Amino acid sequence: MPTSPAPNGAAVVVRGLVKRYGGRAVVDGLDLEARAGAVTAVLGPNGAGKTTTVECCEGLRTPDDGTVQVLGMDPVADARALRPRVGVMLQDGGLPTGARAGEMLRHVAAMYASPRDLGELSARLGLGAFAGTTVRRLSGGQRQRLALAAAVVGRPEVVFLDEPSAGMDPQSRLAVWDLVRELRDEGVAVVLTTHLMDEAEDLADHVHVVDHGRVIASGTVRELLDVDAGEAERTVRLDAAPGLDLEAMASALGRGGPDGWVVTEPEPGSYVASGPADARAVAGLTAWLADSGVLASRLTVGRRTLEDVFLDLTGRHLR
Amino acid sequence: MTPTPSAAAPSAAPAARRVLAQTSFETRAILRNGEQLLVTLVLPVLLLLGLVQTSLIELDTAGASRVDFVTPGVLALACLSTAFTSQAIATAFDRRNGVLRLLATTPLGRSGLLAGKVLGVLAVEVVQVLVIGAVALGLGWRPDVAGVPAAVGAGLLGTAAFTALALLLAGTLRAEGVLAVANLVLVLLVVGGGLLVPPDQLPGPLAHLAAFLPSGALGEALRGALLGTGVPALSVVVLLGWTAAFGWGATRLFRWH
Repeated sequence: MPTSPAPNGAAVVVRGLVKRYGGRAVVDGLDLEARAGAVTAVLGPNGAGKTTTVECCEGLRTPDDGTVQVLGMDPVADARALRPRVGVMLQDGGLPTGARAGEMLRHVAAMYASPRDLGELSARLGLGAFAGTTVRRLSGGQRQRLALAAAVVGRPEVVFLDEPSAGMDPQSRLAVWDLVRELRDEGVAVVLTTHLMDEAEDLADHVHVVDHGRVIASGTVRELLDVDAGEAERTVRLDAAPGLDLEAMASALGRGGPDGWVVTEPEPGSYVASGPADARAVAGLTAWLADSGVLASRLTVGRRTLEDVFLDLTGRHLR
Repeated sequence: MTPTPSAAAPSAAPAARRVLAQTSFETRAILRNGEQLLVTLVLPVLLLLGLVQTSLIELDTAGASRVDFVTPGVLALACLSTAFTSQAIATAFDRRNGVLRLLATTPLGRSGLLAGKVLGVLAVEVVQVLVIGAVALGLGWRPDVAGVPAAVGAGLLGTAAFTALALLLAGTLRAEGVLAVANLVLVLLVVGGGLLVPPDQLPGPLAHLAAFLPSGALGEALRGALLGTGVPALSVVVLLGWTAAFGWGATRLFRWH
């Protein structure tokens, strides 16, 4: 077993991972890499296999097939050597409900030879205000911040964060994102799962889009959004009455013919049109709406988002 | 194999410190929990007072004073409540809340977590022995001092059997199920398990059955040791057998998720 990271600098390498529960493959041939000094997002809808994948990386589950290497080691066989170097934030928190927040953090810190300064970490994540409160009485956001503190208190080289922003208020989220960026800048390999598009877009250097237990797209956010393809491809979003004629809408946008416009209605009353959006196209759309007697409750024009990419890839709505 | 981390790699605290931290964490968790205290301290002390001060339950003490006869059984009950009932419930909810999994990913690991739990049980038992012993001495308890080492040995064996059973339940059933079963088993064994009332004074088939239960075996062993009549060999064999069976089951069937 090699003891150094893979030659390409990947701190986490997953190859052909398969995990079945009761014969059903939840993870089905998944490949993934995460580099040191980078934030890697595993993005996908609930049930896509994200949590199972990171649990295999954390040594909590044994793969049915494929290989997982963390810092060049096997998470199950080399668990003893890996545990001090890997920080984990579980989706369900893993916090004992009867313990006080500060006591819990001190307890986890006691497992490491040189943990982070608890005062500084508490201040960063705003834990001081509820250090004396039992976990049972904490809000969702407070629990998440405490769980994150527990994940990073041992100065890990690799951090796995399973849905770190779940249940967080906006201020907590910013504090968490700041800390994640700082970890990255310190050279930590951060792997986070999320079903939040904006989290992946704002935070991740590299995104793996996962659906049905496989990676269906992978790359930097820019690559996935195809930003370098130029401004020709843009997105028009429209919220209006459900059941509008999609072909007619495409023709309206294209001023008489579809002209490269593709219109979908991922949720009733919520339309997404991709094509060469310019002022004339939008004018054509609004004129058509007026003629049809339909009032738009929202109309936005912008570049593609990861959500659009996901819809293109799967035809499924993510959030 | 265990690769040596580079000098810069973060490292774990020494194993002894990790287990000690977990022991203290577990002990505080039990001693601070109101319901747990009710079962581990209040209930045994109330039973001790009730059985010694009243004769609601008739006991053939074979010439011994009532407090001398009852106290070993109350200590056996205390062992059952902490090593089994309290530990099963705490571990089941920790399992459901992901606490076991989270701590298993820290340098503590699964073995350190288990060691901390067992030592935490022993620490709470020390508190129980001090409190129950003090109350009993105040009531006139005069234990056979020569039997104390044997009593400690029987207590450790009983703790092993009950803790293994606690982990077997906590690792296989839903938390709510464990809560119900653990309390039910406690009540059944207190009434008819040979803890407080010796197996041979129980009615009907229980008189034969209870001696082969871990509760009856521990009760008989502690009474034998502390009354100075000697620990019955059968009790030791029964406790060893249950420890092996429960330990085997817990090792094989315990699920962390």
